[in-house]
Amino acid sequence: MTAPTLAPQPSARQQAFTRRTARTLRRRRAVNVVMVIVVCALAVLATLPLIVIMYYLLKFGASSVQWHFFTNMPKPVGEDGGGMANAIIGTILLIGVASLLGLPVGIGAGLYLAEHRGKALANSVRFLSDVLNGLPSIVMGIFAWQFLVRPLGHFSAWAGGVALGAMMIPMVARTTEEMVRLVPVSLREAALALGYAKWRTSLTIVLRTASAGIVTGALVAIARIAGETAPLLFTAFGNQFWSTSLNQPIAALPLQIFNYAVSPYDEWHAQAWAGALVLIALIFIISLLARFATRGRFAGGSGD
Amino acid sequence: MSDVIGRVAVSPPAPPRRVTGGIEGSALGDRVYSGLIWLSAICVPLLLALIAIEIAVAGWPALHKFGFEFLTSSAWDPVNGHFGAAPAIYGTLVSSAVALLIATPLAIGISVFLSEFAPPWLRQPVAFFVDLLAAIPSVVYGLWGIFVLLPVLRTGLMPFLRDTLHLGVLPLFKGAAYGPSMLAAGLILAIMVLPYIASVSREVLLAVPRAQREAALALGATKWETIWGAVLPFARSGIMGGVILGLGRALGETMAVTMVIGNRPEISASLFAPGYTMASLIANEFSEASGDLHLSALMAVGFVLFVITVIVNAVARWLVWSVSRKDAGS
Repeated sequence: MTAPTLAPQPSARQQAFTRRTARTLRRRRAVNVVMVIVVCALAVLATLPLIVIMYYLLKFGASSVQWHFFTNMPKPVGEDGGGMANAIIGTILLIGVASLLGLPVGIGAGLYLAEHRGKALANSVRFLSDVLNGLPSIVMGIFAWQFLVRPLGHFSAWAGGVALGAMMIPMVARTTEEMVRLVPVSLREAALALGYAKWRTSLTIVLRTASAGIVTGALVAIARIAGETAPLLFTAFGNQFWSTSLNQPIAALPLQIFNYAVSPYDEWHAQAWAGALVLIALIFIISLLARFATRGRFAGGSGD
Repeated sequence: MSDVIGRVAVSPPAPPRRVTGGIEGSALGDRVYSGLIWLSAICVPLLLALIAIEIAVAGWPALHKFGFEFLTSSAWDPVNGHFGAAPAIYGTLVSSAVALLIATPLAIGISVFLSEFAPPWLRQPVAFFVDLLAAIPSVVYGLWGIFVLLPVLRTGLMPFLRDTLHLGVLPLFKGAAYGPSMLAAGLILAIMVLPYIASVSREVLLAVPRAQREAALALGATKWETIWGAVLPFARSGIMGGVILGLGRALGETMAVTMVIGNRPEISASLFAPGYTMASLIANEFSEASGDLHLSALMAVGFVLFVITVIVNAVARWLVWSVSRKDAGS
């Protein structure tokens, strides 16, 4: 902000103006520096919780995860060597039942959404599945309780699986739609031009091309329901014993973690941390598989 | 020759028949296929309707008995059979508000960092890192809350806020620091909704056209003035959508909140006091519900929660959609 050399001496007013401008500019630059620092600090702060939580999970959980944790049944307080074998099996069974319901319906709905774009029904189904996706899981739980547990008179793995499966439907539907939309129209047209029927085109050409993305969507949905606890309180209920019957209450890892966490015993707290570590490991493995499933197929596709 | 021609003329019918057979079969196949995917699609509205009906039916006895008072009365007294959901509704709103107040600046901060400052190679890993927060189950947050967050609150943060900063003069920070409290619930909810708000605002900020930034810079704006004056206003309604989406999550979070909020049906002005949210009330009292009216009252609370979250989610989706439509139009 130096005065121009060729111009005549600036007047007092001009000099004052220059000084003012310089002052404003200094202030603006200072504000800029401060705010850039604030934004970076907020960004660092936002990544802290994950680090802190993972640190404590490893610190408290790792010492309790031993081989017998996977093979033994829960033991009463005071006895060593308790495990969560029944809860691990229970969680796997619940995921199975949920997938049996959620995947076919979700993929079907996603195909409908992708093939009938712009139709009124498709638009409202898309909107409603977003709404359904945002429903709290506990609402799904009390729904399944009222719908399946109350009329039958007992808690069951079926009811838990249905509650979790219902949660999967909107998630799978939306990712399937996104993935099917990525399939080039020319591919579909080529198949139709060769005389393929519409349904065969959709199933063997379009769905197969989009399969990697759909698998990713399915795995992400499974990872999300694997850790759900609230719906299971009202449906699967939990079980201290070995049970693989779908008609009976069944144990699940998240339920067991909850029950142990709110208990007053230190040994059970340690078991809860171990269970949490195992659950997180399971979920992260599924999420990683989901990322690998799409690697190279749809570069830059929604890995979310 | 004519023989050959005749044979040639005669032999083709085989392939055409197969083709016609294929077309007829495919007509049937097409009908079955479109019927099946239509059925799957129609499952979504049906499911939503079924949920609404089932929960309304379950909660009807309580809603019918207490009427509008169910929403306004603060007497939650299972022993005498009086049920008012006001403490739970209040607790839900307050804990969610605390969560959003903490999470929104953090989420916008990291999104602005990623879209404006971070080198492109850093974007993906950091975004993935924050998104991982959404993969942690609620019950694990609760476990962490009980054994790490609550002790820190009890011995560190709460006395610090109340005594060291002298915020104890405000009703908001009055009272004994036990640990389980509305503040604990708000903090843990803030961590839980952070990834949802962050991922939406990141997408929205990255979608702001380059020209918008370049125009501001060309006018001599500093980096921050560009962000504040040109980028954030452009993304405002999209970020709003993300915040409301986070609100929808916060309203219905169950396990983590149940584990740290203290579970007491009282309305207190202090964030240090224990409270209840609608979801934690249902989860906590369901297994020991005394009698049909109590159960029905819990289901009625569930119905209120259902209605509120449906409205909140609908508004959020509408906001996010209106932004993406605007982008598509420009």
